[in-house]
Amino acid sequence: MDFLVFQYPMITVQACLDGILLGILFALIAYGMALQWGVMNIINIAQGDLVILGGYIAYFMYLYGIHPAWGVIVAPIIMYFVGIGIYKLVINKVVDRDLFISILATFGISILFMQLMNFAFGADVVLANSGYGTTMLFDSNVVLPNSKIFSAFISILFAVCLVIYMKKSKLGRAIRATAQNARAAKILGVDTEKVYAATFGINAALCGVAGALVSITFTIHPYMGLPYTIRSFMIVIVAGLGNLPGVAMSGMGLGVFEEFADYILGTEFRIGSVFLLLVLILVYRRFKLSKKREYLK
Amino acid sequence: MKLTRIILSFISAVAILFSMSATSFAKVVGDKIVLGAAVSLTGKYSSNGVHTQNGYNMAVDRINSMGGVKVGGKTYKFEIIYYDDESNPKRAAQLAERLISQDGVEFMLGPYSSGLTKAMAPVTEKYGVPMVEANGASRSLFTKGYKYLFAVLAPANLYLDVAIKTAVELNGGKGVKVAMAFEQDAFSQDVRLGILDAIKETGSTKVIDDKLPKELNDMAATLVKVKQMKPDVLVVSGHTKGALTAIRQIAEMKVDVPMLAMTHCDAAKLSKQHGKNSQYALCASQWHKTLTYKDDFFKDGMTYDADFNKMFGYAPPYQAAESSAALLVFKDAFERANSFDQKKVRDALAATDMQTFYGNIKFAPGGQNVSKPMVLFQVMCDAAGKCENKVVAPLKWASAKLIHPVPKWSER
Repeated sequence: MDFLVFQYPMITVQACLDGILLGILFALIAYGMALQWGVMNIINIAQGDLVILGGYIAYFMYLYGIHPAWGVIVAPIIMYFVGIGIYKLVINKVVDRDLFISILATFGISILFMQLMNFAFGADVVLANSGYGTTMLFDSNVVLPNSKIFSAFISILFAVCLVIYMKKSKLGRAIRATAQNARAAKILGVDTEKVYAATFGINAALCGVAGALVSITFTIHPYMGLPYTIRSFMIVIVAGLGNLPGVAMSGMGLGVFEEFADYILGTEFRIGSVFLLLVLILVYRRFKLSKKREYLK
Repeated sequence: MKLTRIILSFISAVAILFSMSATSFAKVVGDKIVLGAAVSLTGKYSSNGVHTQNGYNMAVDRINSMGGVKVGGKTYKFEIIYYDDESNPKRAAQLAERLISQDGVEFMLGPYSSGLTKAMAPVTEKYGVPMVEANGASRSLFTKGYKYLFAVLAPANLYLDVAIKTAVELNGGKGVKVAMAFEQDAFSQDVRLGILDAIKETGSTKVIDDKLPKELNDMAATLVKVKQMKPDVLVVSGHTKGALTAIRQIAEMKVDVPMLAMTHCDAAKLSKQHGKNSQYALCASQWHKTLTYKDDFFKDGMTYDADFNKMFGYAPPYQAAESSAALLVFKDAFERANSFDQKKVRDALAATDMQTFYGNIKFAPGGQNVSKPMVLFQVMCDAAGKCENKVVAPLKWASAKLIHPVPKWSER
């Protein structure tokens, strides 16, 4: 236990800002997960691996001399098609089966992706340098890497665009209709098969954006996807499906929680504390549900 | 119908038995000494696994082409059976079992990483198979009383204590404030123990002692603490990920610390991936090409570097160099034992006292190499932004003077 974070107010500010910036990025990944969970009832274990793959796209652009920030435009385009491909090959076979089957299927995809990335890109830890510099606040007591601010900004931009798209466009309406009631949507002429494919593609594209941002802010490695899956799962569980402001809030909340856990309990418990929170919330939810549940006897 | 099936299964059973006994030839066949090795060709250690394999192959090539191994008046050549352990300790242990009991291997080379070596050592020990390993530095490997395990490299607890001692020396013999951030794995925690010993010995104090989880790629919190506590030395060890993350975030957050000491800088290709931001980082290394050790096979570090480059197309990291050295040790031991008896070879290994291009090799009772010190190099960049690793300690091999304290970010 270490309470340094409360002894120096500047560290508290730093921890909050770091957490919020980090949380916004997580929220973007979680938003994709919530979308496809809500529409297709699929929990995508491969979410984090799609993020890492997006990161590699930005990294390769960086290697070839293109600024990795362009990755936030290129990666989602490529990843959209990767997503459609995965849907056509695997997901459409499990989409109307029970949740367990889809978890197994995406778990398989996750392992496959890890190994393929390891095979194709090697096991080295890599990163893309943006050269964005640093912002100093409060007499340089609080430092924020511009790359983190950039990723938060881009994440918000994409989230807002997507929300508008979902509200205004024809496909967006079809997606929302399918999420509410797939059968009714089908009867009313919505091609649900297409909607599913598009949803999976959009989710992969969001992961692509997030991945490009991760490669600019942190590091990427073929086996580093799982923490991103866990975090986005966690955010969606807390926020509930179809609750977009909730996803944003719980994303930032989780980011701040992680930072404080890091300062107070020590870095070694950072990821552990996320898991612990997940367990507590699941238990709490079950407890709340069991009060409401009615049994047919 | 039934009868044919019975006959068929009988024949296949016999065939399987036969094929098993056929592969179970002895380790020394004709003029070949067969060594077994499980290395990580896939999985998360695959890059270093490949360095390990390349190091082994290069030495086998060289020793064979320079006359091989002379035992009992006869000349033998080395051959290695490789398996891919998939960077997975369980798999490594299975493969050790398989190499010994199915392939009949009587002498083993080590895998990459402390974790995998730890998984294999109990197996080789059980069968009394001498194993010379070059990539497992964890201290716990050498405290278990293994009799058949020999490591050509310096143990992990000696990686960075030189840095602390140097900092104290530069501080006029007074203790320094040390901040530590170590990943939670066997190797890094051993490096940490070495640092703790050095802190105690020099009367220094530790101000931060963070443990980084394996999945972590953000150490901003640790660095904020560093900014607040202003230590004299920051020590980071977390394989390549730790090194890359540390440099990225130290540069981004403009953390000023007079000395930054790390491990895995060359494996992380620090100067290539980070350029000038990595400047002044102090790195522990098992080997550097400018060291002046010599042997008959590879001559010296510079020649090894050039030859390796010619053969594999990249400069050898120390993981490759130490792997090559393992073969030299085996050759020497076979010739001194003048026999292929495992016990005799084991005793000969234990009595090893030789110099290779990689360094002096002499094993302590625990199996670790105690006669080769670690070297520290510092990343130094010229005005054009081209960075190079220059040895700064120990003084005997230093090709450049240590730059201390590291200039502040505002002055760079």
